[in-house]
Amino acid sequence: MGCNRKALVALIGSVFMVGTTQVFAGPSASAMANTCAGCHGTNGQSVGPASPNLAGMSEAYFVEAMQGFKKLPKDKSHAIEEEARPATIMNRIAKGYTDEQIEQMGAHFAKMPVYKAKVPHDAAKAKAGAAIYDKSCSKCHDENGGLPDDDAGILAGQWLPWLQYSMADYQSGHREMPKKMKKQVEKLSDAEIESVLNFFASQQ
Amino acid sequence: MANFTRRKFIQAAGGIAAVSALGFPAIVGAASKKVVIVGGGVGGATAAKYIRMADSSIDVTLIEPNEHYYTCFMSNEVLSGHRQMDSIKVGYEGLKGHGVNVVHDTVTDIDAAGKMVKTAGGQSFAYDRCIVAPGISFKDNIEGYDAAAMTAMPHAWKAGEQTVILRKQLEAMKDGGVVGIAAPPNPFRCPPGPYERACQIAMYLQEHKPKSKVVILDSKDKFSKFGLFQQAFAKHFPNHIEWVAAKDGGKVTRVDAASNTLYVGDTAHKVDVANVIPAQQAGAIAIKAGLTNDSGWCPIDGRTFESTMHKGVHVIGDASVASPLPKSGYAANSEGKTAAAAVVALLNGKEPGDPSLVNTCYSIIGPNDAISVAMVYDLVDGKLSKVKGSGGLTPKDSSPEMRAREVNYAYSWFENIKHDSWG
Repeated sequence: MGCNRKALVALIGSVFMVGTTQVFAGPSASAMANTCAGCHGTNGQSVGPASPNLAGMSEAYFVEAMQGFKKLPKDKSHAIEEEARPATIMNRIAKGYTDEQIEQMGAHFAKMPVYKAKVPHDAAKAKAGAAIYDKSCSKCHDENGGLPDDDAGILAGQWLPWLQYSMADYQSGHREMPKKMKKQVEKLSDAEIESVLNFFASQQ
Repeated sequence: MANFTRRKFIQAAGGIAAVSALGFPAIVGAASKKVVIVGGGVGGATAAKYIRMADSSIDVTLIEPNEHYYTCFMSNEVLSGHRQMDSIKVGYEGLKGHGVNVVHDTVTDIDAAGKMVKTAGGQSFAYDRCIVAPGISFKDNIEGYDAAAMTAMPHAWKAGEQTVILRKQLEAMKDGGVVGIAAPPNPFRCPPGPYERACQIAMYLQEHKPKSKVVILDSKDKFSKFGLFQQAFAKHFPNHIEWVAAKDGGKVTRVDAASNTLYVGDTAHKVDVANVIPAQQAGAIAIKAGLTNDSGWCPIDGRTFESTMHKGVHVIGDASVASPLPKSGYAANSEGKTAAAAVVALLNGKEPGDPSLVNTCYSIIGPNDAISVAMVYDLVDGKLSKVKGSGGLTPKDSSPEMRAREVNYAYSWFENIKHDSWG
C-alpha cells in the first residue's frame, strides 16, 4: 500500500485538530444530539406516538427547522411574521444552541440512515393517498417523502400526529407554505389531505 | 517515497493518540475496562446502554435488586385510572441485548479505595469506574411516619407497590372524602410531581366521586410551574383542589396512621386518604459509601459526574448535586449519557469532552391539557449552567389545541425515554 508522506502529515494534523476541537470548543455533536433522544428516540428513531424521527433528515432541513424554532418567542406558539416555526416546546430548546452547534447536530443526524417508523394509520386512506401524492406532492417530496436530499423533511414513516399538526399549522396560516405547496394544498379537500398524510405515515 | 504498510500506519496513529492524551498517561494502554453500575433506574440504565453503544469493548455490569422497574414518571396517571401499572413497568431485556451484564442483587458496599462493589448475595465486583445511581431515600422529618405508617399512608414517591396501595385507597374511598397530600420541602425528586398528582387525583374524583376533594398541605410557599398549576387548579378543579402554603399552616410535622391524621404543629387534619411524601436525600447506599456531604446529596464534578468525595466513582440522577439541573427523569437520562461519555473517554485514555445536557418535563394537569418546562445546560468555568436564553415554561395563554398537543408530546416523551433508557 503506497502512502503519500504529505497526505500523512495532513492526516496527523487533522487528528490533532479534532482532538483540540473536542476538548476546548464545547460539546461534541453526539453529546448534543444524544440529548434529543429522550423525546425523539435513540439515534433519532422515535417510538412515537407523536415526536418525529430525526434520523437521516438532511442537514439543511434540520438547520431550517431549528432556526425556525429559534425565531419563535418563548411566550408564543406561533409567529409567522417573525418567520418562526410553530412549536410547543422546541422554541425553548432551540434557543440553547449556537448556529454552529445546530449545524453540527444537523450533520450528525444527516449521517444516519433514514428511519421509517411503523406508524399506526388507516390503510384505506393511505391507499387513496397514493394517487394524491403522485399528483400533488411528489415533485418536491421525492421517493414517497423518504428522500433526505430534497431538503423537504422526511415524511415517510413519520408519526401521523406530527404530520397532522404540521399540516394544521400550514392551513391555519401559522406556518408559511412554500408557494408551490400552497397551490397544491388549496386544491385538496380535508379528506384528501388526511389520506395523503396517512400515505406518508404508512411508508416503509 | 516510503512504503507505508497499514500496520505501521496504525502504530503511528497509536503514537499520536498517546501524545494527545498526555494528561492521562497512567490510563493509556490499560487493558482492563470494567464498569459497575449501581442502580437500574433511568440514570443507571441509560449510562449502561450508552457506554455499550459507544464502546462495546467495555465490560458493563449493572446491579439492581428488582427484576422490573416502575417509572415514577406517568405513575400519577395510574392514580387517576388513566393508565395501568403494566405501562410503567420496564424490564432489563433491552440492556442485556446491548451486552450489559444485569445482576439482580442489592449492593451493600462500595469500596472506592479497593475499587470493589459487594452485594447482599455475597458477590464481589471489581471495577475500573463505578457509576452510582441510587435514587432517593427518605428523611425522618415527619414524626410517626414509620414503616407501618408508610403502608397506611403511602408516599408513592417510588413507583410500584406504593402506587398500587394509593390507587386502591382512592378507589375504596367514599364520595365526599378528603385526600390529603403532604408535599415535601426542597430539594426532592420530581419538583412538579405532587401538583400533577393533585390534578390527576382530582380528575378521578370529578368523574367518580364529585363530592370529594384533594387538600395539598405544603412544606413550601412556592413550587415548580407555580403559575401554571395555580391556573390549572382554578380552571379545572375549583371545587376539587385546595392548596395550603407552608406560611398558611401547610407544613406537616407529625402523622397518626391509626386515625389517618396529618398534624401541622397542633392542628389536626383528619383525612380519608393520606399521601405523605417525606423530605428526601440520596439513596441509602450513597450515604453508606460516603458519597454524600452534609446536604445528604452527592457532590459531583459537572464535566464527568465523578464524585468529589471518592475518585473513580460517578454519581448520577436524583442522588447527585447537579444543580441547576432538577431531580427529574429527563435530567437523570441526560446525566447518564454525560457520565457514560466521560467513562468511555477515561477508560480509553482520553480527556472527557464538554457535556451538553437537557431537561424536559411534562405535567398532565387536566383533560387534554399538559404543560412543560425545558432547559439546556452546559459547562461554564467548570460549573453546570443554564444556557442563557434557553428554556422556560409553556405559555400561560397557549391555546387548547397546543395544550392537547403537549399531552401527545408528553406521551411521546414517556415512550421514548423508556426506550432510550432501558430499550
